[in-house]
Amino acid sequence: MIQTPESEKAMSSTQPSSLASVANARIERTQASTATGTGLESRGVHAWFGKNHVLADINLEFAAGSVTALIGPSGCGKSTFIRTMNRMHEFIPGAAMAGQVLLDGKDVYAPGVDVTKIRLQIGMVFQKPNPFPSMTIGENVLSGLKLAQIKVADKDELLESCLVRAGLWNEVKDRLDAHGGSLSGGQQQRLCIARALAVSPQVLLMDEPCSALDPGSTLRIEDTIRELSDSMTIIIVTHNMQQAARVSDYTAFFLSDGGPGEMIEVARTSDIFSQPKDKRTENYVTGRFG
Amino acid sequence: MSTTAIPTKPWAKSPRDRIIGFSFFFAAIAFSYFFVAATEMKGKLAYAFIFFLAYALISSTFSFINRGRQAAKDAFVSALVALGAVVTVAPIVSILATVLQKGIPGLHFGILSNDMSMATPTDPIPTGGLLHAITGTLTLVTLSLILSVPIGILTALYLTEIKGKFVGPIRFLVQAMSGVPSIVAGLFILSAVLYPITKNYSALMGALALTILMIPTIARTSEEVLLLIPNELREAGTALGGTQWRTVAMIVVPAARSGLMTAIILGIARIAGETAPLLLLTGGGDKVNSNPFSGSVGSLPYYIWKSFLAGSPESITRAWTGLLVLMIVVLILFISARALSNRKISK
Repeated sequence: MIQTPESEKAMSSTQPSSLASVANARIERTQASTATGTGLESRGVHAWFGKNHVLADINLEFAAGSVTALIGPSGCGKSTFIRTMNRMHEFIPGAAMAGQVLLDGKDVYAPGVDVTKIRLQIGMVFQKPNPFPSMTIGENVLSGLKLAQIKVADKDELLESCLVRAGLWNEVKDRLDAHGGSLSGGQQQRLCIARALAVSPQVLLMDEPCSALDPGSTLRIEDTIRELSDSMTIIIVTHNMQQAARVSDYTAFFLSDGGPGEMIEVARTSDIFSQPKDKRTENYVTGRFG
Repeated sequence: MSTTAIPTKPWAKSPRDRIIGFSFFFAAIAFSYFFVAATEMKGKLAYAFIFFLAYALISSTFSFINRGRQAAKDAFVSALVALGAVVTVAPIVSILATVLQKGIPGLHFGILSNDMSMATPTDPIPTGGLLHAITGTLTLVTLSLILSVPIGILTALYLTEIKGKFVGPIRFLVQAMSGVPSIVAGLFILSAVLYPITKNYSALMGALALTILMIPTIARTSEEVLLLIPNELREAGTALGGTQWRTVAMIVVPAARSGLMTAIILGIARIAGETAPLLLLTGGGDKVNSNPFSGSVGSLPYYIWKSFLAGSPESITRAWTGLLVLMIVVLILFISARALSNRKISK
């Protein structure tokens, strides 16, 4: 069990309704995991776009080496939530937030924190595959190193290992000099995963990574996620309940009843789907609404 | 055994349709010929006008008989659209044809090796040449590019990437600047730089005025191109730990490279034939001037203007040849700019 005194204090300060959920969110660390750090945690995270309060009081812990799925109907703030994790939220004009996001116990929003370093540690894969059009496949994978000005001893080895881990190596090894746009949608998305891996993040955020892909590519990416979970913490937003059940250790259910999005329930994925505690979660996972 | 499928195009026009189409075409030609001959109308324009009218009427009537009202409207609008296309292209083709026809007699190898320091525009064609004007125009274009490309593209980056407080006023000023008449730009440099500071004609003075004209074209076109770059790419670059500067330099600008090159080409097109500021600022020398910062320098527009003014048949032929050479120079600049941007992409 991972339970720091700090997080206990944070839990006791939260509202009673969410206390039960947070208790359920105590996460066992996978024994086989080689993931570093103590994971990621959000404490009382709120988010606004202008005056529009879109996310209220999200308390979640993501243990190192776990896969957490965020589910819920569209517009309930899941994507906004993961964008607050690596500080991409502040990119949108008019955005505001409250609360803390702790990476290895340190607040990523603390004054003086280098935001580019945070984004190196917390990588992100977007909903739409977005390889850089002016670069080849190989350059795309290594683009993060150039962007963040990181020196690597053996680029070829890193290139290969990232593409292997993203499950793309065999398909592209003979055409690393081709343009990223020449790949299929599913291959492009795996290229984007490889690109995110090249800077060796501790945490990988995935914002509906399979929503634009066919079932075959989706399964390939799910395989990739399972393999990656040995070495990093993964948070995946998905609308596909089967996908959440297949890839994740934990599932958090988000919902907005017209107001800001809230986290209704978080538990082991098997529990969320078999014996949800909240009626609304049950209705959602059984397809009765949403 | 499966039968072998033969690719066909069932939607293509049948030979019968083609023959009918051609017969309309010739019928319209014949009709316009006789109609113009029978009435008091005169000139090529009358033929063209009656031909289009006749063709539109014949084809839409045919469609009406065969397929009804909708088809008749369709045929009529098709003819109208074709008319629009021809009307647009006709002046360009006409200009090209006139320039070629009148300019070619003045072409000789000497124009690339001689200048006009030992000849006047009214001398026989084989004497003198355009070397001073070609080098002068190239100097002016190069200097203007050096000055305006960085300023123009940086302005566009400020408007699209930095999005600072002054986006509104700057966008407004750039738009206002694109409406500045070239003579005003020329007078401005004359009164603000040439008279008080340098007190001497030079290519640089001309280039400064041309830069004023070129910056808004480059800035506005670049801005539109940069706005087309999807935001996902900027987010992806930032999410990989890039600072904004590195994301723009490594991802946004390379992705927009071909469009930015178009912006530069449009900028060249804006200034290559510009004459008014050069009359005020460059002196229009007849000798090759290798110093861009001092001394009178010739240019193709200046040469054309000067030769037309001289008024003799030889000098007017020289002016047309100058126009032809100017068009060729601009074409070469366009092609080399395009080739430059493509080469980098395919690397």
